Amino acid sequence: MSYEKAQSKNVIWDWLTTVDHKKIGILYLAAGAFFFAVGGLEAILMRIQLMFPESSFIQAQTFNELLTMHGTTMVFLAAMPLLFGFMNYMIPLQIGARDVAFPFLNALGFWLFLFGGILLNVSWFAGGAPDAGWTAYAPLSSESPGHGLDFYVLGLQVSGIGTLIGGINFLVTVINMRAPGMSMMRMPLFTWSSFVASMLILFAFPALTIGLLLLMLERLFGATYFGVDLGGNVIIWQHLFWIFGHPEVYILILPAFGIFSEVLPTFAKKRLFGYSAMVFATLIIGFLGFMVWAHHMFTVGIGPVANAIFAVATMAIAVPTGIKIFNWLLTLWGGRIQFTTANLFALGFIPTFVMGGVTGVMLAASAADYQFHDTYFVVAHFHYVIIGGTVFGLFAGVFYWWPKIFGYRLNETLGKVFFWLFLTGFHLTFFVQHFLGLMGMQRRVASYLPGQGLDQLNFISTIGAFLMGVAFIILLVTIFTSMKNTTNVSDPWDGRTLEWTTTTPVPEYNFAQTPLVRELDAFWYEKYEGDGKMKAAEPIGDIHMPNGSILPLIIAFGLFVASFGLIYAVYPLAIVGLIISFIGMFLRSVKEDHGYHIPAEAVKRDKDGGK
Amino acid sequence: MKFIWRLIPVSFILLITGCGVENLSALDPKGPVAEMQYSLIQLSLYIMIAVLVVVFAIYIFVLFKFRDKPGDTHIPKQVHGNRTLEIIWTTIPIILLLMLAVPNVMDTFTLADVGVGEEAEESGEADAEDAERDHVRIEVTANQFWWEFNYPDYDATAGQEMYIPTDTRIIVELQSSDVIHSFWVPALAGKQDNIPGVQNDMWFEAPEEGVYQGKCTELCGPSHWLMDFRVIAVDPETFDTWATNMSEPAEELLEPESEVAVDGRAVFEESCITCHAVGQDGGNIGPNLTNYSEREVLAGFLDPTDENLEAWIRNPQEYKPGNEMPSFDSLTDDEVTALIEYMNTLKVLEN
Repeated sequence: MSYEKAQSKNVIWDWLTTVDHKKIGILYLAAGAFFFAVGGLEAILMRIQLMFPESSFIQAQTFNELLTMHGTTMVFLAAMPLLFGFMNYMIPLQIGARDVAFPFLNALGFWLFLFGGILLNVSWFAGGAPDAGWTAYAPLSSESPGHGLDFYVLGLQVSGIGTLIGGINFLVTVINMRAPGMSMMRMPLFTWSSFVASMLILFAFPALTIGLLLLMLERLFGATYFGVDLGGNVIIWQHLFWIFGHPEVYILILPAFGIFSEVLPTFAKKRLFGYSAMVFATLIIGFLGFMVWAHHMFTVGIGPVANAIFAVATMAIAVPTGIKIFNWLLTLWGGRIQFTTANLFALGFIPTFVMGGVTGVMLAASAADYQFHDTYFVVAHFHYVIIGGTVFGLFAGVFYWWPKIFGYRLNETLGKVFFWLFLTGFHLTFFVQHFLGLMGMQRRVASYLPGQGLDQLNFISTIGAFLMGVAFIILLVTIFTSMKNTTNVSDPWDGRTLEWTTTTPVPEYNFAQTPLVRELDAFWYEKYEGDGKMKAAEPIGDIHMPNGSILPLIIAFGLFVASFGLIYAVYPLAIVGLIISFIGMFLRSVKEDHGYHIPAEAVKRDKDGGK
Repeated sequence: MKFIWRLIPVSFILLITGCGVENLSALDPKGPVAEMQYSLIQLSLYIMIAVLVVVFAIYIFVLFKFRDKPGDTHIPKQVHGNRTLEIIWTTIPIILLLMLAVPNVMDTFTLADVGVGEEAEESGEADAEDAERDHVRIEVTANQFWWEFNYPDYDATAGQEMYIPTDTRIIVELQSSDVIHSFWVPALAGKQDNIPGVQNDMWFEAPEEGVYQGKCTELCGPSHWLMDFRVIAVDPETFDTWATNMSEPAEELLEPESEVAVDGRAVFEESCITCHAVGQDGGNIGPNLTNYSEREVLAGFLDPTDENLEAWIRNPQEYKPGNEMPSFDSLTDDEVTALIEYMNTLKVLEN
């Protein structure tokens, strides 16, 4: 393909075939936002059902499907893709690269995730969604009637392959693609924490893959891994799931920690306090994340020795997390704190997450956990850390990076209304749930009986959920009414890192000249110690770009088709789907594809025109 | 400041609701196990509140002191970090966590030691005092969506309501006949899971007589939320009478009091006995009904009235979707009336 041809593609075809990390990032953000809305709607429906005791708004079976899909959607289809969106867009920009290491794989990862997510949600229209909780404990999952759990197994398998591919891609990108001078210890914290999260993906997702494979073989082909009657063991699933599942929550939280570590220094106008301590704390959290999975299984009967060891290991995670909290506080200390919406979310995160963190330590006490386990106390805890951490991080990231990604600034007034409504609604919803749990309300109940002292707090919790719903609508309004704020979008916050040195919109090659990095917070250094412009590490020259390709979509679509074949035991269809995928892979392997070059004149023209 | 403002409505709510309902809430422990767990919860809470106070104090101070003031354009000093501070905020949390970890490990082992387990008895290692300690063993089998309590030392089986003697160590042996369930009596003890193919043991005691609410806490199907049970603590003498009569109801207890009830027994033996047992007779696909008329609740959650019983017999799926009991629509009104009258005579604790 020539440069001219590459410039004149049809818009839709361009997006379907793109291998540009920025466009794929936007695709991740859009798909993630859609699933976030779906998962949020499921949550609101459940809260309406729980507003009053013995309510009959939703049937118990449907409620179980909602709670399963809410958890699965939020973790796999909303939080991770939204983080992946920012990681895709920002990691290459932050390390001064022109793209990720494997642009084709990057696109493949996205389409696999999307088709996996669609597959999972098709179950709603195909006789019932999965109903065994997002944890899908056997034998409830292995013996669940209908096809819901089959959709769960294959949907997560397909999207999980996409996540694994994405994680490996980020690892290679960070290791190999850094600009001259961008040593590991000069990387922005968001890149660092995404790097560690990608390591967790690399080691954690295979456990899920195996677990899902066993469950698939048991459900679809009559194998017996879990069925007790034929000598199986139901606990195998729990170990496999949590060996994946616990690192998974760090996969969700670490990139969010990274976003806060970008936002807080920027709006305190002060460099991150204890950078190296922050990096090592991130690594330690990532490492310990693999050592604690059995704290989800204290009541399973793994014995007091295992319980005690896992309890102490879990408590240990509080230490590096505490280091992070205090370093953030000391970053603010002595700064000049600006209360932008992005920073409000970062500031709101600190007390919220600390509250979620301390209940985490309480849950780590195994003997006390016998009371907490599987009650609303746990529900409150993990919403405090996942909403207070990951979702606040995502919203901070949205307001912080929106001008760079979409070329306009989000309205700050509406943004602040959104923040305060969301914060209030959040605490109203989940604070009271700590007490509900201890007062005897177990988790995953489709309703509760009156006369147990649970009525008022449940009512309050639902009101809070409504507030969060309204807040989300205000966010959408903000996004669609702010489009005219297109001034000062290149570096609106007096940014510190390399992504703010690019022109907005970011050209497809990111940097006309690869920047030379001379210090941590490279852009800030050049602004306040240098002449305000990045030094170039190379002369302007032709830039080699990869060609777009429709093959990633075709490969992912093949697996989508094959999954239907497996779910409904129509094996010819499964084979057709696999053939489609293999043809895509075959073409990718044999077709010569050298990409194309953007001529130096065009780069120079952009550069002059952009200024 | 935000946080304090937030606490006001919450503390108000807590004043109204207290700590939940007696004999249900874990915040109102009624036995040594729940008390041990409650004091560990309190200990962890106090340590954690201390952490919260420190963090919030720094946080609020920083937000006020270092906020951006209009007209201020100074660039703050770019500080690298501070090794002493890093060491301090690494060390202090470790000390705080040890304060929690040590009692937790001790409690974990105490709770795991049922004291008079089969292993100890078999190996003969249990010391004399332990072996002699008064205890009652109960096999708890969880089913979708009801509980069976089997007393091997008394040869008795009860459904849904677990009678225990006060001031006696209760050792429950948790099992499941289908999916995973979890046995939780918040006011008496934290939970352990009922897992198919596995037996989990746990112990607790109830010093006071009373009816304690129990719940299944592991998602087990559509009627998971209705899988409640009761633990009924009575004095040891009453318990002995109960257990003896449950295993072999005395003749006068089994003898129907009226002709209608005799007809009802015929209906029971025709339609119900395959799944439900009375005394030693009958299946165990459904709960044992030997003491039906003494039940606190019907089907685990309904008021035990005749109307509810009839409605339940006619269409159990409407009340507990997914349970194993078929609808008995085919029974005539007379048959159901007779059956209910018979069931109302089923009791083991006369006076």
